[in-house]
Amino acid sequence: MLEILSEMFSYAFLVRAVVVGLLVSLCAALLGVSLVLKRYSMIGDGLSHVGFGTLALATAMNAAPLAVSIPVVILAAIALLRISESSKIKGDAAIALISTSSLAIGVVVISLTTGMNTDVCNYMFGSILAMTKEDVTLSITLAAAVLTLFILFYNNIFAVTFDETFAQAVGMKTGLYNMLISFLTAIAIVLGMRMMGALLISSLIIFPALTAMRVFKKFKTVTICSAVVSVACFFVGVVCSYLYATPTGASVVIMNMLAFLLFWLARLLTLKARGNGAKAKRVSNF
Amino acid sequence: MAFITCQNASFAYDGITVASGLNFSVCRGDYLCIVGENGSGKSTLIKGLLRLKPVQSGVIFTGDGLKANEIGYLPQQTDAQKDFPASAYEVVLSGRMSIRGLRPFYSKSDKNACEENLRRLGIENLKNSCYRELSGGQQQRVLLARALCATRKMLLMDEPTAGLDPAATQDLYKEIEKLNKDGGITIIMVSHDIPSSIKYASHILHMKGRQLFFGAASSYISSGIGSELMGGALNA
Repeated sequence: MLEILSEMFSYAFLVRAVVVGLLVSLCAALLGVSLVLKRYSMIGDGLSHVGFGTLALATAMNAAPLAVSIPVVILAAIALLRISESSKIKGDAAIALISTSSLAIGVVVISLTTGMNTDVCNYMFGSILAMTKEDVTLSITLAAAVLTLFILFYNNIFAVTFDETFAQAVGMKTGLYNMLISFLTAIAIVLGMRMMGALLISSLIIFPALTAMRVFKKFKTVTICSAVVSVACFFVGVVCSYLYATPTGASVVIMNMLAFLLFWLARLLTLKARGNGAKAKRVSNF
Repeated sequence: MAFITCQNASFAYDGITVASGLNFSVCRGDYLCIVGENGSGKSTLIKGLLRLKPVQSGVIFTGDGLKANEIGYLPQQTDAQKDFPASAYEVVLSGRMSIRGLRPFYSKSDKNACEENLRRLGIENLKNSCYRELSGGQQQRVLLARALCATRKMLLMDEPTAGLDPAATQDLYKEIEKLNKDGGITIIMVSHDIPSSIKYASHILHMKGRQLFFGAASSYISSGIGSELMGGALNA
């Protein structure tokens, strides 16, 4: 096992990919708990499609991919949040409109410039080769920002997530926190997207939170478990993808899926055990 | 001087007035029930009292030492909360948010206040239970404890008994009465339950797009509108 790891880490691109991936998984999992509980899971998916469109545009214009994608995706995040908050337009429909539109624009731009080639496949499903030194610096900055903000505002994030109306009533600027969460989500998505793939990146946001919620019942334990599960799944996924030469993004998602099933099974078993225990207790009372 | 005074206030959505002619005041120790049909502007008024919605005309002001952020709010439950992973303790503690201010973490006194309110509502034993696994009545007690963490003066409740079974409803009414009578906490409650409103409240505000009645609960029964509705409610 150690030999495999040391062999893996002798490749500089793999080290970069693992560093960026671990940090993005950590951030996505923390943000994901709040997004999933606020019923904003689809925002992650919508944003990744917008990211796909902007990556295609950036390539066509010969611009740096991150410099174009990050501002556009942040704008999209703010727009999606606004739409979800207003009751007039249904949020899920609006997300579907925006994500399919960006996907279509991206595909047309690519076919007009470079043509449909492996680039498209890489954007869609990710490539482990995509991470540069610039990405490493940016992901370390992002992770530091997310962790600091999350720890400092943990209690406020809980309050906004659990009950936005109450938080507003006691004088909290809830709009600001929603904005902050979607801002950080947008950056996490753009960073992770080229490695995980535009179609797969939202799993990093949704899976760990749902997995943790199968077993844990407190916000604090759910958050911690979600972060641990996400980081572990990413690492195991990358190692598997190295060993079996499978696509990285898909391998990580499969690990997340297995973790989800495992936690779900664990809950079923504990419920059953508790149910049997209660039954035994009732019988003994007779 | 009253805690809250509403002078000829009206509220509007997109320029369409949904509630107007609101003239009432709530004094320390009052128990006001706001009644009326769906769409009569009750929820809008609640938002106005909480300063979440500006008035279209008229004024609402607080007095007698009540600050606008000292109103403890008990909102209607949302769907998202029904499967929210949080312990009762975490929920109640979040009520101290406005008192905590800019400090990032809760202090010893916040935690003590939280414990005290859990005891007050008789739910200390549920402290570590998961919120989503509690019964409807227990969940409302948790939210009441949270609201009490935010204030010692006034509670504003939006249909607190919605979705509760009759026994839990009566329990909750008694609990609220105790907070009002023994705890000296002023209560404003939106309710559909007119008989219980008359039984427990000191004042009634009846709305239907505008103010139809405001006054003591006893005079509401003898007023035309009150007796008509009571008759309807009793025959139903």
